[in-house]
Amino acid sequence: MQSIRSRNNESEKVMKTILLMSIGLSALSPLLLSAVAPGTHPRDYPGPAWSPYLVGGLIGVLSMFTFYFSDKPLGASTGYARLAGLLGRAVAPKHTDSLKFYKDNKPAVDWEVMLVLGAILGAFLAAWQGNELTGEWLPAMWAARFGAGSLTLRLGAALVGGIFMAFGARLAGGCTSGHGISGTMQLSVGSWIAVICFFAGGIATALLMFRF
Amino acid sequence: MTVSTQPHAPSASLPVDKGGPEQDSPAKREFSANQLLLGAFFGVIFGFLLQKGGVAKYHILVGVLLLEDFTVVKVMLTAIIVGSIGIFSLHALGLVKLHIKPTRYAANIIGGLLFGVGFALLGYCPGTGAAALGQGNWDAIAGVLGLMAGSYLFAECSAWLGKTVMKWGDRGKLMLPELLGMRLSAFLLIFVPVLIVVLVAVDRFTAR
Repeated sequence: MQSIRSRNNESEKVMKTILLMSIGLSALSPLLLSAVAPGTHPRDYPGPAWSPYLVGGLIGVLSMFTFYFSDKPLGASTGYARLAGLLGRAVAPKHTDSLKFYKDNKPAVDWEVMLVLGAILGAFLAAWQGNELTGEWLPAMWAARFGAGSLTLRLGAALVGGIFMAFGARLAGGCTSGHGISGTMQLSVGSWIAVICFFAGGIATALLMFRF
Repeated sequence: MTVSTQPHAPSASLPVDKGGPEQDSPAKREFSANQLLLGAFFGVIFGFLLQKGGVAKYHILVGVLLLEDFTVVKVMLTAIIVGSIGIFSLHALGLVKLHIKPTRYAANIIGGLLFGVGFALLGYCPGTGAAALGQGNWDAIAGVLGLMAGSYLFAECSAWLGKTVMKWGDRGKLMLPELLGMRLSAFLLIFVPVLIVVLVAVDRFTAR
């Protein structure tokens, strides 16, 4: 058992190095081996309730259903853009209507908005059923790294992160679901490029936040 | 005997209808209570699955970016494999239309990198952020507000971006088999097993 575990750890290190090199960040790998703050390892915390393969397979099947019944690919970021447009219209209707993006994509409560709202409810039901409701403002791993009193920093990072992410998603043409799942499964070249860049930007930033 | 004078057209190797333009047609915009209900229903299932898959958890999402937790990769790769086989089968039977997103090299790369930076800062992506909020991670509220602000900020810049960055390297609805000059069926016969091998390797060589 011990040997299997250490062999797994060995091979995982090898894999990490390969992945890092493949995105041109090989220079960072020695720094990964330095000691890090306790409690900042993701595997110190609970894993998924269901097998990721079961969940992934069911999301693949769900995609088939959305294509067949709604003629739509799964995609979450569009819903936020529609909601932002609705809010913009309520505050500055003329200005919002003059923007190119909202001329091409009329703000409305549509399929994508309902998908996002439904996802909030669905996740609540899953967490409730599985006794995994958190009700917390600060994720434990964040608190282990930045301190229990870092709520302002957390909310600021989340807000700025959300702004970057939505801007990037609209520029790239989709998010982790629209490009990362729906686009890649349809073999779109742009989706594969986008998802590689999602991870490249994310890995570099997360390592800076948690491993330096 | 006729000699074809037609120049090599990549699309000739791929007789696939990739769906119409992605803009909203009036018919699409038309209010349909049924579709709204279906959207909500699919959303509930999507959110349920995301939460059960653990990808509404902050440490699991940041974990993949630290290359220490591969749950996200396992969920995504399985979804891609099953979805690819499923969608292209349904399409071959004429039951669904494809929705290929346009390939714009500069916008995909710059937007993708910006997205990645934001992903690490927030710790949730747009779909998993909704799921995180649903399971009670209240910090996702700031993320949702940021996502709406960022969307509006993009709209502010959309006229300029549309004339510049989004024009650079615009290749339209380009698909991987087309890029490689292969037939779709031949490409899938290689691609799906490769993804399965990658998935098995990730499973075998990672602790989670």
